[in-house]
Amino acid sequence: MQNDIYERIRANPKYQRLVQERGRFGWIMTILMLIVYYGYIALIAFDKEFLAKPIGTGVTTLGIPIGAGVILFAIIITGIYVHRANTEFDALTEEIIKEAQK
Amino acid sequence: MRTAMKLFGALALLTATGAAIAAGGDVGQTVKQETNWTAIAMFVIFVAMTLWITKWAAARTTTAASFYTAGGGVTGFQNGLAIAGDYMSAASFLGISAAIMANGYDGLIYSIGFLVGWPIVTFLLAERLRNLGRFTFADVAGYRFRPGPIRSFAAAGTLVVVAFYLIAQMVGAGQLIKLLFGLDYWMAVVIVGVLMMVYVLFGGMTATTWVQIIKACLLLAGASFMAFAVLFHFGFNIEAMFAKAVEIKTNLALNDPKVVAKAAEQGKDLMEVAQDIGRSIMGPGNFVKDPISAISFGMALMFGTAGLPHILMRFFTVPDAKQARKSVLWATTWIGYFYILTFIIGFGAIIFVLTDPSFLDAKGTLKGGSNMAAIHLADALGGNVFLGFMSAVAFATILAVVAGLTLSGASAVSHDLYATLFKDGKADSASELRVSRIATLCLGVVAVLLGIAFEKQNVAFMVSLAFAVAASANFPVLLLSVLWKDCTTRGAVIGGFLGLIAAVGLTIVSPAVWEDVLGNPKGSAWFPYTSPALFSMLAGFLGTWLFSVLDQSEQAKKERAAYAAQRVRSETGFGASVASGH
Repeated sequence: MQNDIYERIRANPKYQRLVQERGRFGWIMTILMLIVYYGYIALIAFDKEFLAKPIGTGVTTLGIPIGAGVILFAIIITGIYVHRANTEFDALTEEIIKEAQK
Repeated sequence: MRTAMKLFGALALLTATGAAIAAGGDVGQTVKQETNWTAIAMFVIFVAMTLWITKWAAARTTTAASFYTAGGGVTGFQNGLAIAGDYMSAASFLGISAAIMANGYDGLIYSIGFLVGWPIVTFLLAERLRNLGRFTFADVAGYRFRPGPIRSFAAAGTLVVVAFYLIAQMVGAGQLIKLLFGLDYWMAVVIVGVLMMVYVLFGGMTATTWVQIIKACLLLAGASFMAFAVLFHFGFNIEAMFAKAVEIKTNLALNDPKVVAKAAEQGKDLMEVAQDIGRSIMGPGNFVKDPISAISFGMALMFGTAGLPHILMRFFTVPDAKQARKSVLWATTWIGYFYILTFIIGFGAIIFVLTDPSFLDAKGTLKGGSNMAAIHLADALGGNVFLGFMSAVAFATILAVVAGLTLSGASAVSHDLYATLFKDGKADSASELRVSRIATLCLGVVAVLLGIAFEKQNVAFMVSLAFAVAASANFPVLLLSVLWKDCTTRGAVIGGFLGLIAAVGLTIVSPAVWEDVLGNPKGSAWFPYTSPALFSMLAGFLGTWLFSVLDQSEQAKKERAAYAAQRVRSETGFGASVASGH
């Protein structure tokens, strides 16, 4: 019985759209996070001087806003994903389940 | 300065070798302090409060479901705080702020590593975990795989991670409490063990969740107060704070005979040398020895987070995928905020602690060991009462972390091994609950004994190892079983064990264990890098892939056929286990 419903859900083009779009969205976000984090690590590994460069005349270095930026980026990118998944994708999911139970 | 480095080395041997002060790391050898009654009073209040909650929770912990997942009725916001409470350990608070006080910027690099795993968990795992799992992460992999092998693997992966993490926490707890409260080491370990057993035994996940929530609130509030007090002192001008810290580090270097001697020896201007040392706290220092270690270690932190059983388990406490996503967002926010606070606290410690002779002993090093940075800063900013408060918070922090660990270890034994493997999924809730309580008791006793046995050992590598195992064994199996149609039981189990063995094996022959723990001569370690994750994760993924592809058995065909239904459930949540009505 449940397997019938699973089959029906799979046949629904909306389900195909959900899986494709959310999947692509998730992977794009993952890759963005990987680029930002390993980009940061690569900067530390290969160009410490860059991060240690003071901004203007003070002692605050470029490394400070960049480091804080990585932290903020992690929070913001999570927020963007969760927002879209919890509104757009969840609405679509609900529709799919409703249609399958008809 | 040399002594300072030596003391600091006990905790952060890692800083020197370029590894991690891990999220739940080791707090190192400490010196027993005078009994601190304010701190003890504050801590007693915390314990009374949590025991009262445990009593309330015990009345609700009547089924296996309520024991493992608090009945699935925790909200996303609460769960986010609880995850943060599970993840932010005393060692990451005291250890990272101490590392920042000593080396400045490098501490921030550790913090960032511990944070960036969370978005990955959100994008790839959170909702799928919630949709497929029930009590443990093995439920997810076990959806279409043969229960026997996959549960055995999952239990092994869980227990190895929990064991190393728990030992590191127990030793840290003993050292810390000796330091903060002036109690004997063994007494501290026993108190932690007994309280943790009481929470988990009687209150299960409900009590554990609330202990973690309360602890997260206290820690965030205390750390916020400290960071804001430091910033307030500089009129919220962060440049002024950094400038002051650089000035203090420069002056310390000017008066350091070692620096003076070195400058003279190299024929350099002392002022210039000292200024360089002062400014060095504003940029990366020794964190990265070689790029391979940096990448490997980054991978352990990032993907380890997505394979820690006590963290994964928290996703089953919320009612649905929506709340699961919300919980990671909250957790990421709180943890990120916490690490920014820690950074400011570390700089605050340079300014208010390093310059105050009352916090230094005759040799000019921190009283009680370098990990006291944040604690002394609490004293400097808020006097004795606030010092007591922060000490109690540090203790509460350990309790919350060990309770979560013990609960996930016990669940692996009772749910994966007992109920699913030995009873073939037919165990009734009451007997499963009984077994999980017995497992809790055993784990608690073992944790206390190991905590005492490892008192004088260097356990700094253990948390990094736990992260490496989680990243190399649990994470590949979980990810591939969920996302890859052709993954089979044989592939997952062989690949998972390969990752596990590679992570443990390479750690044993790495400098942190081979030389520093086993006492072999410097340079004799066979594996030169800080973290095995780059290689052991590859072993886990490649092993799972290869043995799945090679698997042409009837069973494998059935498992591949079952993927379609699993995929629908993991994507839509249709058929997912629902909250059991608390």
